[in-house]
Amino acid sequence: MIPLSWYLIFAAALFSIGLFGVLARKNAIVILMGIELMLNAVNVNLVAFWRYRAPEMIAGQAFAIMVFAVAAAEVAVGLALFISIYRRRNTVAADEIDLMKW
Amino acid sequence: MTLTASMFLPILPEILLLLLAELVLVLDVSLPKAQRRNLGWVTAAGAGLIILISLAAMPGPGSSPEWGGMIRHDWMSFTFKMLFIFGAGITALFAMDYKRLVERGDFFALLLISTVGMAFMASAADLIMLYLAIETTSIPLYVLAGFFTDDKKSSEAGFKYLLFGAMTSAIMLYGFSLLYGFSGTTDLAMIAQSLTAEMSVPMIGSLLLVLVGFGFKVSAVPFHFWAPDVYEGSPTPVAGFLSTASKAAGFAVLVRFMLTVFPQMTEAWAPILASLAVATMTLGNLVALAQKNIKRLLAYSSIAHAGYVLIGVVAMASPDPEAAQLGVTSTIFYLVAYLVTNLAAFGIIAAFGRQAGSDDYTAYYGMSRRSPYLALAMMVAFLSLAGMPPFGGFVGKVFLFAAAIKANLIWLAVVGVLNSIVGLYYYLTILKYVFLYPSANPEEPLPINASNRLALIVLTVGIVVIGVIFGPWFGLAATAAAAIF
Repeated sequence: MIPLSWYLIFAAALFSIGLFGVLARKNAIVILMGIELMLNAVNVNLVAFWRYRAPEMIAGQAFAIMVFAVAAAEVAVGLALFISIYRRRNTVAADEIDLMKW
Repeated sequence: MTLTASMFLPILPEILLLLLAELVLVLDVSLPKAQRRNLGWVTAAGAGLIILISLAAMPGPGSSPEWGGMIRHDWMSFTFKMLFIFGAGITALFAMDYKRLVERGDFFALLLISTVGMAFMASAADLIMLYLAIETTSIPLYVLAGFFTDDKKSSEAGFKYLLFGAMTSAIMLYGFSLLYGFSGTTDLAMIAQSLTAEMSVPMIGSLLLVLVGFGFKVSAVPFHFWAPDVYEGSPTPVAGFLSTASKAAGFAVLVRFMLTVFPQMTEAWAPILASLAVATMTLGNLVALAQKNIKRLLAYSSIAHAGYVLIGVVAMASPDPEAAQLGVTSTIFYLVAYLVTNLAAFGIIAAFGRQAGSDDYTAYYGMSRRSPYLALAMMVAFLSLAGMPPFGGFVGKVFLFAAAIKANLIWLAVVGVLNSIVGLYYYLTILKYVFLYPSANPEEPLPINASNRLALIVLTVGIVVIGVIFGPWFGLAATAAAAIF
């Protein structure tokens, strides 16, 4: 059986890639994709921990299902907001959406 | 598991809020467009009614797990729930002034659903429930912040709020997944039992990850970047709601989470939170000095206030149980006083900004001659924010600093007092503009809507009552604090 640590290392790598994407990229859609990667890393963590640590309790699985259901809702609202921004300004680049600063 | 009527009592306020949201949506489609504005009265009256009915569901002493341990029914969650519902009702009244906010009923429905989320945040006792509650609060708030889709600033506010919120909640969730992994359970109290007493690097790591999410909710430095932009851009009543109820919900979670999950790790989180408190107070107050837009000023002031409240949260880490309890009590008391005060401040800005069409300082010159009563309410609210007696903000600050001193954190109290002095300067500057400067058009009267008038009277009286007759409120906060010890 694959040891638990492999899953955790994989999840940590995935999370870091996602976080890097969020912090380094300009396009809002790509930022949202980075956030999705971070949430997927969480799900890998949750399912792996559930399988290895507490397989008799369903909590880990239920948590993972909640996470992707909520993530879908968040993306739906996010894309709607991006569309309303795009209609006004013809861009969703985060560094160009800077009417307000300091 | 069989369902009994008594099982529903702990979630009675949430059920009623959902019913009210549905009623608003049904009325929205059945009313003619011109009358939809009155949904604000429905929402506010409904919120008041919910508070009255919920008194029937008052918790007993102690803290009982309900619904399979998902939530806790105690005075702490009950107090916060009533606070959020009050905030939502007042926000609905302020929103009625904004035609474009209230021409559709969805505004009120979203407001109420986000209040449901906050109510669950205050009572959640399980990682899954906590995450769901935080997202139920946040997602409607993203929409509310960007509610004016044809307004560049408002859509920008929604955009920024969503990106920051989604990122920090993902980071927080990674911390949750680690906590679940270390303990094999999602129940907060059981996590604490299965964690070993000694601190380890992974534990500190997950603590920090979780603090990122909570820090965003309460807009503590360095997770505050979203706050000024979002408050400036979003419709003013929404900004008021964000800066009060949403922030109080964040603190409710922070207090319960730290005390339930990390009681053995106070040496780790107390210094972290103390440094966050100092940074938040200082940065908030200093940057507020340089602002020219009153909504941004209030945004930075609300960041600074999050710093003051963090003093109480740090005091709760004290090994002396009395000091710890005073820390929680003063946190709750301050949040009550702050919610009433800051809602009033944002309500005045909303009412005035709507008429003047500007949130710039210069628009406020000589406001007292155009509307003496609005100026009076503004004086009460701003002096309370500045922490002047006899208003609620003063008593709140006294208790916070007392808690810090009792917990042997005299330096933290000193930093807090120094910061209050800085704060006093910019609040008084605004009042100087309002009362002493000549207005460009002194004769032009400022009509104040009936809904605004009602809300401002309630809040102004509230500020004075909390400041003068603070005994019962302090008793309430103490009962709430005792429930989670």
